[in-house]
Amino acid sequence: MVEFSILDLLDLDLKEHNHLQLTCIAGRSGLSRKLSNSKISRPGLPLSGFFDEFSHESIQVFGRGEQQYLKKLESENHLESVERLFSYPIPTSIFCNGGEPSRQFIKIAENSGCSVLQTALGSADFSRGLIQLLDEIFAQTVTIHGVLVEVYGIGVLITGDSGVGKSETALELIERGHRLISDDTVKLRNISDTYLIGSGENPMLAHHMEIRGLGILNLANLFGVGSIRDKKQVQLLVHLEEWDSNKNYDRIGEDMTETLLGIPIPKLEIPVKPGRNVPIIIETAARNERLKKLGYYSAKEFDQSVLKWLESESARNLYYSNEETF
Amino acid sequence: MVEREVEVLNRAGIHARPAAMIVKVANKFSSNLYLEKDSMKINGKSIMGIITLGAAYKSRLTISTEGADEKEAADAIEQLFLNRFEE
Repeated sequence: MVEFSILDLLDLDLKEHNHLQLTCIAGRSGLSRKLSNSKISRPGLPLSGFFDEFSHESIQVFGRGEQQYLKKLESENHLESVERLFSYPIPTSIFCNGGEPSRQFIKIAENSGCSVLQTALGSADFSRGLIQLLDEIFAQTVTIHGVLVEVYGIGVLITGDSGVGKSETALELIERGHRLISDDTVKLRNISDTYLIGSGENPMLAHHMEIRGLGILNLANLFGVGSIRDKKQVQLLVHLEEWDSNKNYDRIGEDMTETLLGIPIPKLEIPVKPGRNVPIIIETAARNERLKKLGYYSAKEFDQSVLKWLESESARNLYYSNEETF
Repeated sequence: MVEREVEVLNRAGIHARPAAMIVKVANKFSSNLYLEKDSMKINGKSIMGIITLGAAYKSRLTISTEGADEKEAADAIEQLFLNRFEE
């Protein structure tokens, strides 16, 4: 289970469209409260006094409607439902549209030890962003041994035993203009059972690589900012292994997949031996994967052509063999 | 499979040099070595993996080895921790 507090939420360095524009306006001592799920709640019904099925373990988002209703309650001096709301251990309360809670509201929240946050975003935009973010945080994760690179826009995860040449292969790919996401340890996250997103385990140590004989290298400095990426969807698995002459490798391009965190990913097994240029094979595999996404399957297309040719050939043979009968 | 629980006893924690020592010793054995801290489990034959664990002073790790010489490998790695990586 992930330990995630409201303070962690505020500390996330989010950029561009992910930016939630959150600030804490009251109840700082409540920032240590933990979040246990990725759900959010609109507290309209509880404010009107109906607390059945109240999801008090979720973040409470106050949109325009709730804020207007709060104003009405305050003008009538009926704050019992607000007090009851804060008697639950709710993680935090968030005011959207840059709304300012009243002094009474802040007092009740602070007395209960709950923080009050504010965002300039509207409640719909904010909810969408927050749910997406929380889904990522509470996603199922696994850390695996491998290298994640982006080749022609395809996220390629290279796995294999230590010493088989994963990092060297990745280095050659970067040299050829592709991008490194993470070397050695790749953290995979299952996003809503559809995407498998890979990133480095620790952003502080990201984009470093250990090459035998050279030591630890900073790829961002050596190859420039264009050679790195923070995260990428894993779309292809490439397993490198020592050439085993007793093993049968795929020769015609059959589809093989491996399931990671419940998501099936196309997989290739590539035997390594001196003189085999693995980076070029991976580049070609990535190009082929892009073609497949466009609906063109080289192997199937080739097979179709062969079948067509054989058919026409047998038709011709039929013609020749029947020659005498004319 | 052999499992050992160890504590990081050197003040600086597991930085590049201790990580390199672990890998050097691990590579002498044919067994696979895994190091586990909290929910993270990494391959003990990779320097970057070990550093990424972020094993600071006093943190607890689980060593697990698997293979033909698993016991000897676990002993050797445990000894490194006990010797504080000669620091």
